[in-house]
Amino acid sequence: MSGFILISLIILVFVVIYQIGKASEYAAVLRGEKKVNAQANRAIAYVLVATFLLGMWGVWKCHMYFKDMLLPVAACPTGREYDSMFTVTTMVTGIVFLLTQATLFWFCFKYQDSGKRSSFFFAHSNKLEVIWTTIPAIAMAILVAIGIRNWFKVTSEAPAEATVVEIVGKQFNWLVRYPGKDNELGKRDFRKINDANNVLGLDWNDPHNADDIIAQNGEMHVVVGKPVKLVIGSRDVIHDVGLPHFRMKMDAVPGITTTLWFTPTITSDSMKIITKNPNFVYEIACDQLCGKGHYAMRGTIIVETQEAYDKWMAAQQPYAVGNNPNMPAAPVAADSAAAPAAGSEKISMK
Amino acid sequence: MNTEGIITEGAHTAHAHDSAGGHHGHEHHEPHFIWKWIFSQDHKIIGKQFLVTGIIWAIIGALFSVLFRFQLGFPDTTFPIMEKLLGEWAKGGKLSPEFYYALVTMHGTILVFFVLTAGLSGTFANILIPLQVGARDMASPFMNMLSYWFFFGASVLMMISLFVETGPASGGWTTYPPLSALKEASLGSGVGMDLWLMGMSLFVISSLLGGLNYISTVLNMRTKGMTMTRLPLTIWALLFTAVLGVLSFPVLFSGVVLLIFDRNFGTSFYLSEIFIGGKALPHIGGSAILYQHLFWFLGHPEVYIIMLPGMGMASEILATHSRKPIFGYFAMVISMVGITVLAFVVWAHHMFVTGMSPFLGSIFVLLTLLIAVPSAVKVFNWLTTIWRGNLRFNPPMLFALGFVSLFISGGLTGIFLGNSALDIHLHDTYFVIAHFHIVMGVSAFFGMFAGVYHWFPKMFGRFMNNTLGYIHFFVTFVGAYLIFWPMHYEGIAGMPRRYYDYSAWESFKQFQSINGFISIVALVVFLVQLLFVFNFFVSIWRGRKMTTLNPWGSTTLEWTTPIRPGHGNWEGEIPEVHRWPYDYKDDGNGNDFIPQTTPLRPGEESH
Repeated sequence: MSGFILISLIILVFVVIYQIGKASEYAAVLRGEKKVNAQANRAIAYVLVATFLLGMWGVWKCHMYFKDMLLPVAACPTGREYDSMFTVTTMVTGIVFLLTQATLFWFCFKYQDSGKRSSFFFAHSNKLEVIWTTIPAIAMAILVAIGIRNWFKVTSEAPAEATVVEIVGKQFNWLVRYPGKDNELGKRDFRKINDANNVLGLDWNDPHNADDIIAQNGEMHVVVGKPVKLVIGSRDVIHDVGLPHFRMKMDAVPGITTTLWFTPTITSDSMKIITKNPNFVYEIACDQLCGKGHYAMRGTIIVETQEAYDKWMAAQQPYAVGNNPNMPAAPVAADSAAAPAAGSEKISMK
Repeated sequence: MNTEGIITEGAHTAHAHDSAGGHHGHEHHEPHFIWKWIFSQDHKIIGKQFLVTGIIWAIIGALFSVLFRFQLGFPDTTFPIMEKLLGEWAKGGKLSPEFYYALVTMHGTILVFFVLTAGLSGTFANILIPLQVGARDMASPFMNMLSYWFFFGASVLMMISLFVETGPASGGWTTYPPLSALKEASLGSGVGMDLWLMGMSLFVISSLLGGLNYISTVLNMRTKGMTMTRLPLTIWALLFTAVLGVLSFPVLFSGVVLLIFDRNFGTSFYLSEIFIGGKALPHIGGSAILYQHLFWFLGHPEVYIIMLPGMGMASEILATHSRKPIFGYFAMVISMVGITVLAFVVWAHHMFVTGMSPFLGSIFVLLTLLIAVPSAVKVFNWLTTIWRGNLRFNPPMLFALGFVSLFISGGLTGIFLGNSALDIHLHDTYFVIAHFHIVMGVSAFFGMFAGVYHWFPKMFGRFMNNTLGYIHFFVTFVGAYLIFWPMHYEGIAGMPRRYYDYSAWESFKQFQSINGFISIVALVVFLVQLLFVFNFFVSIWRGRKMTTLNPWGSTTLEWTTPIRPGHGNWEGEIPEVHRWPYDYKDDGNGNDFIPQTTPLRPGEESH
């Protein structure tokens, strides 16, 4: 019922506005259409200029509003290069934006039909066309050059000393695997996956898997100042490892392995001070629609010193313990291996 | 209006048709109501059918965006009215995540395909091509009719999908597999997805039938004297739009068919190594990226299918209401050729972060940023067109000016996204949302609105109300910037698109209040669009009557037809064309324009 009342109300308002519009049409006929049109034209020219000026004021206000809400300084060298390239592009496009919009609205005001002038027949000029073909082409060439240089840098092969970490997406959380002491990720096969004791489908015949560590709470630990190479995969649909603080992202595609590498330069603790936010955390956001829990597919990265990392690593237990049927489980170990699995349940959707 | 009224009016127009009949040899008897208004083969009626269907879809699609904006803007509030409207999907007045994603998906599908493709080029290609090239109808009026009815069929399937129990497709308008291929992956990947795929298949057929017709009409059915270089820019734009559609829609069709196979017949085109719903699937060797290539091979040209008609109409309307020729006619045509060709070789810029080879990515960066050049040429030419003109700010002119403003704003942010080194952070954030909504959403809509206001008198013999037009323009123009400008900042902060709720995210939760603000503006803008729809329908019957043939003082052929042209368009001979369409200059009799049908004066050089 309330819906009907609402709809009738909207229609009633429309009818009223239409009647006013209609009345002004009749009034225009009575007062002489030409005169009324000229007045309206002048009024609109002023409104257009006002719209432009208010718009520019709004652009400024908007900028001030957002200034302190944006991302803090990029936490890796490629991220800082990203930011400077972003600034250059913003300046180039910003100047073009201001000039063209100002010209558009200024012309609207200046060349409004006042009945006094006749328009200037000006149909083409090769000189002008050449000028405004060449200048954008040069500007684009510069931006492409900067872009491709940065692009090849950010997508280059990771340095040999990089720590390798595997991150695998599934509906709706991230699984993180560390290669363990042998520094090599063991083979995995999606046919061996089961949610009870082999979440990534590790192939127990591969000895490299014996010391691999799996974190199921979506938390990734990395060492500050040391390059880290992410080996990205997916168990089910396409996900995306989005790292806003490092200014990069990469899809996680089932059946394909993608990679991404960066060198974190600011620890999580330092970032808490930089952002003045004690709750600050590096977040991994899924950036590719993956189903109903997409918006809650959150991971975190802890950037810490080598000592803190080593200490944390020493407390971890290989996934094989308690899960590899060929490896008898120590009674204590089974408990601690089950704990993170239970923790991950919280992330999955109700 | 009762049926009798329509038939009487039909008889009136049929009279004009009869006298034209002698020239093009159609049957002479009065067509039955069904053949005249429903299964009509008159391009003008078909154009109106596309327009009205497009308007209905636009209301639905825009309403969806208002609904999901309210979830985004006020995630902690419940809206009992939503439960009334959506039932189970909004239990307790709060959208469920599944239905949120279904709304997002259908909003995109409806607006991109059903409104801005079928509703835009379907309407204006149909109405304008025969009228502006000087033809009695399309090359094949029957195929043209089929084009509408396939579109109608697609609409019916898409509409049914809104009412199935598991909901419509919900994998985003791009429907990437495996999410869209596996029923286990999401509710919307059930029956809703099958209906989506079948609907899109019919849509592609409709688009091809229409497009082939548009191309052959422009190439073969121009009146005497109407050389290609005398075509109005609207026709050039619609021609390139049709070429893009004909060459790229079949690729989407193949992508859709393979997806149907993967879903129902156990093939593995897109699927490989998947563990879902507690079991490993037998698929091996497919590539999820393949679908993205096939999709975007249409998907990117699609952007220009949406933009080009607006560009053509804005060019025509800016020239007419500035009382000045379009500046750089040939540069405009060449830049459209450039855009059309480049549109086919930039699709992978949507895929920079899919794991595609970085080298391939760099090639696509270069090709993508090249498009900025013809786009810039067009913008500068539009600005020079209004320079030293005599600008008349009626609603079509305002919307054409707004089109230019929005095209600049949205186009410039494309320079960020087309550069892979910047896209790697901005990809799939609100920056993308802001970019494409301004440039191919609002800007294309402004082109469409400009066209509707400008050619409304030709379509219905009456004018739309100006006052409502002004309200419509200013609220929409300001509202569009208020909605989308702040989204750039959210995107720069990395805020991902297609999230149902941001409150659990330390990095994004500070944008809650601005999200609420955007949602309120979106509601206001939506209501003003309804005002436009109201103005549109009321003006068909109540609008100020058109009393002269050529109310805008325009040079093109459509304004030489009778006020309410019958099937066949011209009562006598089709007029002959003697000059280009932009002779906005003194004709020696006190007029500031010379129609295309006026022979060159002695000593006057043709353009």
